[in-house]
Amino acid sequence: MIFPTTPSQTVGPYFAIGMPWDAGPLVVPEDSPGAIRITGTVYDGAGSPVPDSLIETWQADPDGCFADLHGYGGQSRLPGFRGFARYGAEDGDGRFEIVTVKPGSVPGPGMSTQAPHIDVSVFARGMLNRCVTRIYFADEPDANAADPVLASVPAQRRKTLLAEPVDGGYVIDIHLQGRSETVFFAL
Amino acid sequence: MTKSEQRQIYDPVTETPTSYVREGEDAHPPMDFEAYKSTALRHPKQPLVYLPQTVTEITGPQLGAERGAVEGENDLTTQYDGMPIGERITVSGRVFDTEGKPLRDTLVEVWQANAAGRYRHKWDRWPAELDPNFSGAGRCVTDGDGRYTFTTIKPGPYPWGNHHNAWRPAHIHFSLLGRAFAQRLVTQMYFPGDPLFPFDPIFNSVRDPAARERMISRFQINETVPNWALAYEFDIYLRGPGQTPFEEAH
Repeated sequence: MIFPTTPSQTVGPYFAIGMPWDAGPLVVPEDSPGAIRITGTVYDGAGSPVPDSLIETWQADPDGCFADLHGYGGQSRLPGFRGFARYGAEDGDGRFEIVTVKPGSVPGPGMSTQAPHIDVSVFARGMLNRCVTRIYFADEPDANAADPVLASVPAQRRKTLLAEPVDGGYVIDIHLQGRSETVFFAL
Repeated sequence: MTKSEQRQIYDPVTETPTSYVREGEDAHPPMDFEAYKSTALRHPKQPLVYLPQTVTEITGPQLGAERGAVEGENDLTTQYDGMPIGERITVSGRVFDTEGKPLRDTLVEVWQANAAGRYRHKWDRWPAELDPNFSGAGRCVTDGDGRYTFTTIKPGPYPWGNHHNAWRPAHIHFSLLGRAFAQRLVTQMYFPGDPLFPFDPIFNSVRDPAARERMISRFQINETVPNWALAYEFDIYLRGPGQTPFEEAH
């Protein structure tokens, strides 16, 4: 027998009383070798920051291994690597910041290889379900050119998925709507 | 469901799916829903791009040890010296996938308003009292049968600015990680018979009436704690296994 899923509902404006926690934004401990910061801002269709947005990320470690307990993707051996980050603030201004390490390549459909990427869920008041996107890295042009998922994204929109290198990490903004609307995925 | 079906428990390694079912359009509310005004500027207008379920999507975080292992965080009535005001209730249920298999050791996070409908949040300006003995947040991990239990206070309804005289039905927010990025779910649990249901655009954003019913808990007289707490039951179903291990992007 197949049961239907429980429907999604918005996180609402007050998720910060229960969802974020101090270590939430840390995919790795802050003093880990090779730790980088990925920052950005979530914008709405009017170009205003979304102060009550909640970001979650999931990724492989630099060897392409996951902190998954169920035996898939190889088991990460990187000390303190959680693979996951959650960022949301009670007094948010739309900005997010996570501390992580750059992921390695992982297998893709068929015999393909996926470029380094991070899966992202975006939640907010006014969003009845999460939006799923990915972060790729602008300084990986060769890997990106061979990535099967990027290849399926209309060429002129690919740049919305590329985090730009800055001192100490990368920056990428997420536009829920508008001229620079981020590419979101059906999963 | 029969007893024997209920006893099928995942072997986490051998039975964790390598792909998840693609859900129909009506399984979840639309991102663009006019009656809920805040969706207007917060939904993508470009078509979604099909994402094959790769290793990144079929794996997922397990925060149980870090976030869910603290004894007592599933009791929202004992977080302070005093007892919070309101109707003490238990909310319990099981987390399944769509094949009816329980998800054990999975993190369940909840947050809610207090009995007066007020959240302990800086931005909540609804002029109802905060309760010094109530944070409104709790969490736990499911047991070997996929079961979770919270003890809390029944949240109150509260007004919001969506339209004239708009009130949210009483609800508890639920966050589920499941086993995989693909299973992530955030939802709201409602209480049976709420007179505000017909007027709430968030509840009614789920277009299928049968699907709306799946967000409503059931009163369970047999689970009540005599002389202590009424009981509500809320089972949650996350996406289960799909067809093909890897699909080609198209």
